[in-house]
Amino acid sequence: MGELKVDSAAGALLARHGAPRLAAAWAESARHAARERVLALGAAGRRDEYWRFTNPAALNAADAPDVEILELDETPVFDAADKLLVVFEDGVYSPALSDDLTGENLEISTLSDALNSDIHWASDVFGVLEAKGQNPVPRVFAALNTAKADQGVVIRATGIVTKPVAFRYLRKNTQSDVVIHHVIRVESGADLSILENGAGGARHNKCMEVDIADGGSFHHLRAQGRDHARIANTQIFARLGAESHFKSFTLTVNGKLTRNEVVIDIMGDHSTASVSGACLGDGDFLHDDTIFVTHDAAHCESRQVFKKVLKNGATGVFQGKILVKPGAQKTDGYQISQGLLLDEDSNFLAKPELEIYADDVACSHGSTCGAVDEGALFYLMSRGVPRRQAQNMMILAFLDEAIQEIESEALADDIRSRLVGWAERHSA
Amino acid sequence: MEEKMFEIKNLKASLEDEDKQILKGMDLKINPGEVHAIMGPNGSGKSTMSYVAAGKGGYVVDEGEVLLDGANLLDMEPDERAAAGLFLAFQYPVEIPGVGNMTFLRTAVNAQRKMRGEEELNAAEFLKLVRAKAKSLKIDADMLKRPVNVGFSGGEKKRNEILQMAMLEPKMCILDETDSGLDVDAMKLVSEGVNALRDGKRSFLVITHYQRLLDHIKPDVVHIMADGKIIKTGGPELALEVEHNGYADLMTEVA
Repeated sequence: MGELKVDSAAGALLARHGAPRLAAAWAESARHAARERVLALGAAGRRDEYWRFTNPAALNAADAPDVEILELDETPVFDAADKLLVVFEDGVYSPALSDDLTGENLEISTLSDALNSDIHWASDVFGVLEAKGQNPVPRVFAALNTAKADQGVVIRATGIVTKPVAFRYLRKNTQSDVVIHHVIRVESGADLSILENGAGGARHNKCMEVDIADGGSFHHLRAQGRDHARIANTQIFARLGAESHFKSFTLTVNGKLTRNEVVIDIMGDHSTASVSGACLGDGDFLHDDTIFVTHDAAHCESRQVFKKVLKNGATGVFQGKILVKPGAQKTDGYQISQGLLLDEDSNFLAKPELEIYADDVACSHGSTCGAVDEGALFYLMSRGVPRRQAQNMMILAFLDEAIQEIESEALADDIRSRLVGWAERHSA
Repeated sequence: MEEKMFEIKNLKASLEDEDKQILKGMDLKINPGEVHAIMGPNGSGKSTMSYVAAGKGGYVVDEGEVLLDGANLLDMEPDERAAAGLFLAFQYPVEIPGVGNMTFLRTAVNAQRKMRGEEELNAAEFLKLVRAKAKSLKIDADMLKRPVNVGFSGGEKKRNEILQMAMLEPKMCILDETDSGLDVDAMKLVSEGVNALRDGKRSFLVITHYQRLLDHIKPDVVHIMADGKIIKTGGPELALEVEHNGYADLMTEVA
């Protein structure tokens, strides 16, 4: 090991979170390596290529912001689904509010229990996918998460799991600084769905590592909570075996700062990956999707579909990359990112990237940014639809390509109804 | 009861972006149940008149009124004009990806009913109504499910306009070059759709370049428009005259 350049800002990141409970040797060693990564990577700054559009200051700050708790008089999203509910309060697992951690074809335990076991399959995943995902783009908050997380759930799907596992992140304390780390293994031929909703903390650093074996399928659907001033950075690291499937969709409405990173490594042939999202922001809102899909196998398909509706000075950021490694022939990569600006104060910043080292591939990317189509608006109004309603129809239509990435029609409709709610609340 | 139901009075309108007046004092009266046709050379202001009446952005009304049952449409938002009973069949119907045709129709019908203080149609009632009307226009279920006008052929788009007209049951219909881009069969189908809506009370203003459409939709009155004004008004024979001699004679006659 060479000389370690100690970055004091990185040291401060480590110092702001308490030490997690002592775990088994393998887990402690993973945490130790993660701490070293944090120090080696240094804190995120505006000069970093992937932090140019999003200021990480609030994520770097010593304390979480003080954020009012949003009390909602409505059914939580995904509540109607038949599910295994796992509740976290200010980032702490609540057995009282959660269902029993059992299910058919499912091994599920808390992160701390898993990390305390002397022998555990999670040792092949915990901190491993995150560490791999640091190259070529550093993701210091993910390393911080591995180093400090005490909370989270470890799930192994051994067959088709019919009930989705639903994480619900509640907030009780206005200034909670939450670190959650989930570790997921989908075995060969298994099928698992994860639902997530809620803000979870005033500041929420969440990491999810997902290892999908050959022939496994993983579905992920989340809504990030409507608390206005909350900040969040999330990281998903997925490794896909052959003939496996990965799907992730994120709905974000409100939130002062959201940075969602998804790092997907397609390692086996004939696999598919889809990562998509819809966001709606009004005012003091910055939403950043930073996606990195690596094709390291042949005959695989990946899709990135992101739509952002922005008003009153809100900012949307998209940084999406498709890397096709040598030998990843017959890759089919698709990427679209679009911003719908409802006024002239809002911004959409996009950086699509393709890097291709195989010669028989089809990759397409598109990025657009514009206002609501006046011609279409007039057409709708000329048939009697009031302006506000017509504009909301156009907003929903704009978002629909992303919503269509959701496999379950019922869940997609639940998401649509939340979008309608937002559009109506924000179109006065 | 108000005798003249649709009336354009001394309408002068300009393009917002350039200081150019397109309509230069247009007058027109249409009684209940009448079908009027407007013909005129390119650039005479026919389409501008229809857009100004319907409330499209980009135009400035310099002077005049457009009255429907005595109320000035120019004071209203486009959706209020629709609820008041005006319908414009577009020359180029707009494609709206992501909005289902059926959803659009139902939203429009119910928005108008709501604005008029009538009860909204429930899903079943609406479906029954739209299916019956679509059938007569040879619009299949697939077309209703697709996004509004997306991937529709020229004929399908125009049939879709007539379907909307049939569903919304307006008092006053303006058809802006509904015959453009239609083959003979499609024109016949669209005309039959329009004729089915002639009930002695509903009025129509048909904008066209060709006499042929007027063989199918027989007008009571024909107007010739040039340089932003009506320059001549007559019976159906006026359309035939234009077909044979063009506009040049008429325009010199007036000048």
